[in-house]
Amino acid sequence: MTDIQKLTDTASQVRRDILRMVTQAGCGHPGGSMSSTDFITALYLDVMKHTPEGWNRSGKGQDMFILSTGHMSPLLYSILARTGYFPLSELGTFRHLGSRLQGHPSTDFNLPGVYMPSGSLGQGLSVACGAALGKRLDGEDNTVYVLCGDGESEEGQIWEAAMFAAHHKVDNLIAMTDWNHQQIDGTVDSVIGLGDLEAKWKAFGWECVQADGHDMQAILNAFAQARSLSRHGKPVMILFHTVMGKGVDFMEGTNEWHGKAPSPELCEKALAQVKETLGDY
Amino acid sequence: MMEKFINTGNKDTRSGFGAGLTELGRTNDKVVALCADLTGSLKMNTFAKEHPDRFFQCGIAEADMIDVAAGLSLSGRIPFAGSFANFVTSRVYDQIRQGICYASTNVKIAASHAGITLGEDGATHQVMEDIGMMRMLPRMTVINPCDYNQTKAATIAAASYEGPVYLRFGRPSVPNFTPEDQKFEIGKALKLVDGKDVTVFATGHLVWEALLAAEELEKQGISAEVIDIHTIKPLDTEAVLASAAKTGAVVTAEEHLIAGGLGELIAGVLIRHNPCPVEFVAVDDLFGQSGKPSDLMKAYGLDSGHIVSAALKAVSRKK
Repeated sequence: MTDIQKLTDTASQVRRDILRMVTQAGCGHPGGSMSSTDFITALYLDVMKHTPEGWNRSGKGQDMFILSTGHMSPLLYSILARTGYFPLSELGTFRHLGSRLQGHPSTDFNLPGVYMPSGSLGQGLSVACGAALGKRLDGEDNTVYVLCGDGESEEGQIWEAAMFAAHHKVDNLIAMTDWNHQQIDGTVDSVIGLGDLEAKWKAFGWECVQADGHDMQAILNAFAQARSLSRHGKPVMILFHTVMGKGVDFMEGTNEWHGKAPSPELCEKALAQVKETLGDY
Repeated sequence: MMEKFINTGNKDTRSGFGAGLTELGRTNDKVVALCADLTGSLKMNTFAKEHPDRFFQCGIAEADMIDVAAGLSLSGRIPFAGSFANFVTSRVYDQIRQGICYASTNVKIAASHAGITLGEDGATHQVMEDIGMMRMLPRMTVINPCDYNQTKAATIAAASYEGPVYLRFGRPSVPNFTPEDQKFEIGKALKLVDGKDVTVFATGHLVWEALLAAEELEKQGISAEVIDIHTIKPLDTEAVLASAAKTGAVVTAEEHLIAGGLGELIAGVLIRHNPCPVEFVAVDDLFGQSGKPSDLMKAYGLDSGHIVSAALKAVSRKK
């Protein structure tokens, strides 16, 4: 197991990358990227069996990660660069003309680590089901991971996929929900409340694990529990309780920073609260 | 005398798809199939029975089906995802756009009961906008074969082609007249009748009607060329331009709206390269209604008689 300090250090650096990328681009989605940073960092550094060496979209012999919430692209790009999929310097091209780092993830530019485009919400869980079935047909023992949002769970297709995965016993699939309670128009409860998410997933025939999405030890425990529950005939959902904009006091717990970049001055204030641990890109 | 085509017996084109899928199932273990509660209608039962591990029932959840197919394709599978044409186009346009076309995934969309010949179920199920929707999508190949044999051949050809394919076929039994073991070349127009006065570019169920129209036109002293445009995208522009240059008058015939259809596509090619009179046999900005397929074809102007009239008009417009 990777030590906790290394994970928290990397997560801190990923948050700095996110803040600097969206500020340089003048736009982007920092809020959800930062609420999912801790558990996605653990996923890439500690949980998934994967390598950037010889990467291709087939995902053969690899654990795969599908980002259904494509607007969290700054998080995906940072963690991919920090785990060796492409040069760190490329993070500075985010959202620029000609960049491989499109506003939402694209497979058009041969960016290693991106299996599918995403951005139009609700589709990643279905894609992940298909990828997991491909691994089943190939007799692989790898797992497919997918990240969904709580706001995204308002999309009907999420629940179509939930039924599909349970019916077809897609048990090499571990899904995660970033339960940060915020979406563009306000709190999730005020927009279209989701009710008891755990009860919903269980009622749909899934194993469901819950954890504090900002406590690294709790995150590792949740992944360990999810892995032990997988391959027993049911898909697994981890509900990570998170705070939108986590790590920067004026961004936390508000939908204001869902899809807005800070000004360069505000970014400096934000960066002052997030420790540079591995060196900025 | 023009070449005559023999109807070897009426068959539905969806059964041609089913036969092609069955053959693929036996010869290519990469082929998988998905369906949204219409397995019998799509004639996918044999595949499902013979390869239960490679068939995925998705239930009445077409959006999920499209993206599951996209995910399956990552592993090198060749998924055929099938439902009624309406439910695998307009209902799931965004899934096709992002999960198949933008993603460049090797998914084949099997669209049955296309057009007005879906018949008695009426306009909620009769999609006549699908060719337009699908051909607007970058990277999509659009195929609309004309009979059972051609649909079977097109299904097999679609599996060999790497990339998104929209394969459109229908519900009713219609004449089966193309060769049983034909070679199907995606993107290559098929000249069925050689003529010199007017060209009929037809697709799908309208190809047989075009052949009947050519016989009638011959009686009236008009020599009509009939070309089967089974692949609407990519269009065989070379064949279109060559034939139009020869005859100087064009009729297009399709079971689709004028908007977004084959007629607009061919007219667009001609107007840019070599304009000539063009008449459309298609439905103009209407929804359909319940009725027998053959009655609907007549009522909505999609039969040989309307092709004859359109041809005469196109010829009369020649300078």
